[in-house]
Amino acid sequence: MKLRTRRKLTNGVALFLSMAAMAFGLFWLAWILFTVLSQGLGGISINTFTQLTPPPGEMNGGLRNALAGSALLVVISTLIGTPIGILVGIYLAEYGRNSWMANLTRYVNDLLLSAPSIVIGLFVWIALIYTHVAGYSGWAGIIALSLIMIPVVVRTTENMLMLVPGSLREAAYALGASRRVVIMQVLLRAAKSGVVTGILLAIARIAGETAPLLFTALSNQFWNSDLTKPIANLPVTINNFAMSPFVEWQKIAWAGVLIMTVSVLVLNIVARIFFKQEKIG
Amino acid sequence: MQSGNLSESGTAVVPDFSHKLGGVMGNGSVLQTRGGKKDFGDIAFTWLVRVVAMLVLLTLLGIILALVWASLPTIKALGFSFLYTKEWNPPMDHYGAVIPIYGTLVTSVIALVIAVPVSFGIALFLTELAPVWIRRSLGTAIELLAAIPSIVYGMWGLLVFAPVFAKYGQPAIAATLGKVPVIGSLFSGPAMGIGLLTAGIILAIMIIPFIAAVMRDVFEITPPMLKESAYGLGCTTWEVIWGVVLPYSKVGAVGGVMLGLGRALGETMAVTFVIGNTNFLSSPSLFMPGNSITSAVANEFAEASPGLHTAALMELSLVLFVITLIVLMISKWFLARMSKMEK
Repeated sequence: MKLRTRRKLTNGVALFLSMAAMAFGLFWLAWILFTVLSQGLGGISINTFTQLTPPPGEMNGGLRNALAGSALLVVISTLIGTPIGILVGIYLAEYGRNSWMANLTRYVNDLLLSAPSIVIGLFVWIALIYTHVAGYSGWAGIIALSLIMIPVVVRTTENMLMLVPGSLREAAYALGASRRVVIMQVLLRAAKSGVVTGILLAIARIAGETAPLLFTALSNQFWNSDLTKPIANLPVTINNFAMSPFVEWQKIAWAGVLIMTVSVLVLNIVARIFFKQEKIG
Repeated sequence: MQSGNLSESGTAVVPDFSHKLGGVMGNGSVLQTRGGKKDFGDIAFTWLVRVVAMLVLLTLLGIILALVWASLPTIKALGFSFLYTKEWNPPMDHYGAVIPIYGTLVTSVIALVIAVPVSFGIALFLTELAPVWIRRSLGTAIELLAAIPSIVYGMWGLLVFAPVFAKYGQPAIAATLGKVPVIGSLFSGPAMGIGLLTAGIILAIMIIPFIAAVMRDVFEITPPMLKESAYGLGCTTWEVIWGVVLPYSKVGAVGGVMLGLGRALGETMAVTFVIGNTNFLSSPSLFMPGNSITSAVANEFAEASPGLHTAALMELSLVLFVITLIVLMISKWFLARMSKMEK
């Protein structure tokens, strides 16, 4: 074979394989989404939102308590995790910069960002429940979810503050604003879209977290809004029902999977669109 | 994604005069005081952000100390034999971590074997081949694979993928790879659908977006001049990728692979659903069910009695956390070398 032909052939094969890899990735996405949609739509009904999760022996029920519990956990975790994450991000971008302390914090934050969420759950379990400081409870779940959320918010807040042009800082200082005012009212505002994107992505991340809740919030088959007690939540309910041998319970789990997946994907897509628009505008 | 190739650009703009002024923060901007007086609110805010930032460090320290503390009973009772014995028998209080550790490592290796070439192909497609207008949406589609909650992978894997895999996938693999001399024994035995191989495949799908995103980012920072020069010499697209882009960005690509590995090691729910959860392993076949560290902890935690069983699960988690941290540190080291090259 002539050299030229061989090179063209190699190139063709490589580019074909590259396209095949792309198709491979999209294939799984399509298959999973198709399953979630078809099974979920088969399982979802008005009962999903109005009925409690069925007790053992009962076949029919819904997810009302699990949905409400998950919403409660995610909202409160966000209220705790977001300000802490933003403050750490501010420290890294505006105060610490390249000091050894900031570099160490940044490094550790990156490790926590990829740390297994099961370990975070066990940490909270050891710190609260193993030591008998508190029992299995909504609060324990909230602490675990907040700890998972914080690194995500820290990373995006820092990155976004770093993108704010230095001239904006100088202009604000030149007007006599104090450092705190410059950060809170000028820089954070300029970086708003990016910071919000980070928060949305962090919410999407904790909305589907299951493992840490297995050791903290557990589950509850009843309606409960008391955060000092175990609380029903979507991921653990799905986990329990998916493993069950009853088709009816699996249907309820699929309905939960549909609700969870759609919320998480919508959050992700909204975050991206939001970020893109603000950047252009 | 997290390589932060843009993030450094904003800092250089503000000149750092702090060494001349000896400001309170030591390294902040020149303008940290107002009219020469220190604002009380500013000082309070400075301390607030510093104290809160300490929380991040305390979290990591706390995780390590808590896991060590909770696993002390087994560390004392069993010592190092925990790490090299095979028998896991809670009623008899025998705890050996070999099978879960083996399961974690094997499923992660399977995941990498599949995910690395696929992610490379996807990154190549997104940076060199795809028309510009379609790149963003295809890139987002791949990133969405990372957004799907892991319990969804688990349920899909157990109820949808495993039956299909047992019926079509495993017989096909057994008939092809299973006949290859040395590695054949890895692909033999009954096709049950669940097992180490299934867990590895699902992990691969889950880590592809992480590796592909890093690879895409590092491929994109190859200086266009280098690529154009190679094209100018008459190189094909593949030759430019293999001969110019990959050598330039391989450090970063390895960082991305390690990041993916870190994710695979700690993945819990998806693995727990499909790995089969058994602590007996008699054959080298990847078709066999097994156990991973995370699935052992997730499964046995609720039933574990206080005492050695719980402590053994904690020690397993400690082993996992240490392995993951080492892998992530290696990843960060490679990525840091990459961003140095960028400057």
